[in-house]
Amino acid sequence: MTAGKTRRAGAQVAERIAFALIWTSALATLAVLAFIVLYILDLGLPHVSWRFLTSAPEEMGREGGILPTIIGTIVLTLGAVAIAAPLGIGAAVFLTEYTWESPVTRAIRFGAEALAGVPSIIFGLFGFIFFVTYLKMGWSILSGSLTLAIMILPTIIRTAEEAIRTVPNPYRDVSFGLGATRWQMVTSVVLPNALPGIITGIILAIGRSVGETAAVIFTAGTALNMPTSLVSPLRTMAVHFYILAIEGISLEKAYATGAILIITTLTVNVLANWLIVRAVRRHRRKS
Amino acid sequence: MEALRERLIGRALLVVACSVILALAIITYFIFQAGLPIIVRLGLDDFLFNTRWQPAEEGGSFGIGAMVLGSLWVTLGALVVGVPLGLAVAVFSAELAPEWLSTLIRPAIQLLAGIPSVIYGFVGLMVLVPWVRTHLGGPGLSVLTAAIVLGIMILPNIISISEDSLRAVPAAYREGALALGATRWQTIWGVLIPAARSGIGASVILGMGRALGETMAVIMMIGNSLQVPRSLLDPATTVTSNIGLEMAYASGEHREALFATGVVLFAFIMVLNLAANAFSRRRLQA
Amino acid sequence: MTTAPISAPAMERANGNTKLEVCDFSAFYGNEEVLRGINLPVPRNEILAVFGPAGGGKTTLLRSMNRLVDNTRGAHHRGRILLDGKDVFAPDVDVVNLRRRVGMIFALPVPLPMNVYDNIAYGPRMSGGRDRKSLDEAVERSLQRAAMWEEMKDRLEESALHLSGGQQQRLSIARVLAMEPEVILLDEPTAALAPVSTMKIEQMLTDLKRQCTIVIVPHSIQQAARLADHAAFILMGELVEYRPGNELFTAPSDRRTEEYITGRFG
Repeated sequence: MTAGKTRRAGAQVAERIAFALIWTSALATLAVLAFIVLYILDLGLPHVSWRFLTSAPEEMGREGGILPTIIGTIVLTLGAVAIAAPLGIGAAVFLTEYTWESPVTRAIRFGAEALAGVPSIIFGLFGFIFFVTYLKMGWSILSGSLTLAIMILPTIIRTAEEAIRTVPNPYRDVSFGLGATRWQMVTSVVLPNALPGIITGIILAIGRSVGETAAVIFTAGTALNMPTSLVSPLRTMAVHFYILAIEGISLEKAYATGAILIITTLTVNVLANWLIVRAVRRHRRKS
Repeated sequence: MEALRERLIGRALLVVACSVILALAIITYFIFQAGLPIIVRLGLDDFLFNTRWQPAEEGGSFGIGAMVLGSLWVTLGALVVGVPLGLAVAVFSAELAPEWLSTLIRPAIQLLAGIPSVIYGFVGLMVLVPWVRTHLGGPGLSVLTAAIVLGIMILPNIISISEDSLRAVPAAYREGALALGATRWQTIWGVLIPAARSGIGASVILGMGRALGETMAVIMMIGNSLQVPRSLLDPATTVTSNIGLEMAYASGEHREALFATGVVLFAFIMVLNLAANAFSRRRLQA
Repeated sequence: MTTAPISAPAMERANGNTKLEVCDFSAFYGNEEVLRGINLPVPRNEILAVFGPAGGGKTTLLRSMNRLVDNTRGAHHRGRILLDGKDVFAPDVDVVNLRRRVGMIFALPVPLPMNVYDNIAYGPRMSGGRDRKSLDEAVERSLQRAAMWEEMKDRLEESALHLSGGQQQRLSIARVLAMEPEVILLDEPTAALAPVSTMKIEQMLTDLKRQCTIVIVPHSIQQAARLADHAAFILMGELVEYRPGNELFTAPSDRRTEEYITGRFG
């Protein structure tokens, strides 16, 4: 009787302690997130000005702005998405609409999963040995974009596949029933309805590309000049930030660049999130 | 005509989908082709366990033992920090948090995942390194610093997959345990977490892969010393950070040795992927 | 050009009064046999009602007639379904063209998430219709035939998702009519509708059989009796009885049919 009561009381104490720890962990995690963002913004934003965004760096970045690195980031990211999006969406369409589950689809899914787990430094090594050296593209927009494209491909495939699977099956029946070919069905019914999810995936991939350093530094290079062609080397914001910080060139400029970098990636993520929420709502309304 | 076009489109999509496998194959081939010869020349155990890395010397000495140790320490440390914290947040979000708070946590965790690793490294360098130096001693640039920041960086991986698998536990388990008079905590600890263990296991392995593979953030915090670390407060170097630092100027045998380091990393990551895959397959079957 | 061998009587009927003929047809999902040796002629310009308890294979029969079963994993069949004497499963049949000739309406109305006009113009567009004027005409003609031109003509730009359930289902019919199909298959088209909408659709079907041949899975025995020129009772994958509607519903010859239509089971 008493033993039971004590055990009961003990369990309640244990529960209270455990829950307190869990609450603390959750709040601490949120606090860390807030701290990182606010820390960079607080120390970086005062050094951000219109001139900083629109002028070229001087003395390796000690003075001046970051315009070429902004352009570089945009060009490299757009290049990567332009390559990876058609491939990724195509692969997702194939997996969902053109085949049954089979050893082939399992192999493709395994490939995508394995690729998703490859660390970015390996992509950097690979891009360097394959695109830069073997295919003689040099440190260039082309090498960088191709490397990034392979890196973001799994994300685009996975999100596109998930989005396509939420398109209700009766739409497919109706479309086929009205004499659509498979490809017509895909383009007229499946893709338009999966579009929000697909775009979300692309935006997440953009976020990953913008923040990437290891895979970019060995494939696109670190040149501070404005890129002029597909084979020009360039430096992205993330690479620039890394070099400013690690070589101690200018802390002030590093904070400012970091602030721009974090604002960009946060915006991209918030946008993606907002699209997800909207897509989920639309989906609920329909079903 | 129409039928022919349809068949062509189908074929084209198959080819496109196989590009993933092709990419993986080319990556594997080129990394191994560039790095394997020197491993064969030196012998795998000498390359792995020898702690003397002196690429500048005549003839050079290429042993990655110190880096392997550094990577292991940092990765283990990241897991020690990240797993309990991540699991706690997952439990919080899946079980304890009021609806509004848990719908807030998911996007917040995604933001955490979206922050570039160089930012983590930089904040670690500017904030945590000085703190460790003044309060715990040592140079601040250390295994401990890198491990803590990496632990935070892998939180999103751990949280999202663990939370999903906690939520996937059938409601009957929970109700059954509560009906038998278990407290909520006893239910979580004794029933839910064991039921979700495959997913949690997979999340830990994926987090481990991320910590092991992280490069830039580690370079910024670990001190990049080629010494074998004697304590958590010592600087060290890892497999990845050494590649990241030296690739920029390496050539000849030195570059080959860096690719060989990449081979070791790549092989290890693939093993981890297979393990995570096995875990999640078990989760699907369960 | 060679065609699949067709039995002499089938050919005769094809030339005569039979639009669609199911010949010794069995359908399977994996190892499960859902239809067993069905023989069923569908006379031209008539309504055939296929009725019976749920899960008996009626939907599979309909989905076989326009080969929507092709999209179901593990689905296969034995026997033939002849459309104008030609097996729809023959290797040289263009399945897309087949579906343009054999339209289908589903139990739940499925407006595609686009406006009314685009819903109706969907079929013609898929078969290559680009000319705006002929699309306009097709839309108007189809809505007229579905008796909804008056209520829809000012709402063509509105999303079809905003229509009422009954309107959505009539829109689905108009959408099929826009393809000028020879056969229309309807799988419990009024199952989700109010009585008023049901009556409108039944009226429409009776009018439509002047141009088309209709196969319907009715959602009630009363509906079957109201509509059927011929009726087929299918029980657990087997055809129990096939006779003109007025005979079958007044004097069923099989005990199981009688028990079912008098409500003793199912």
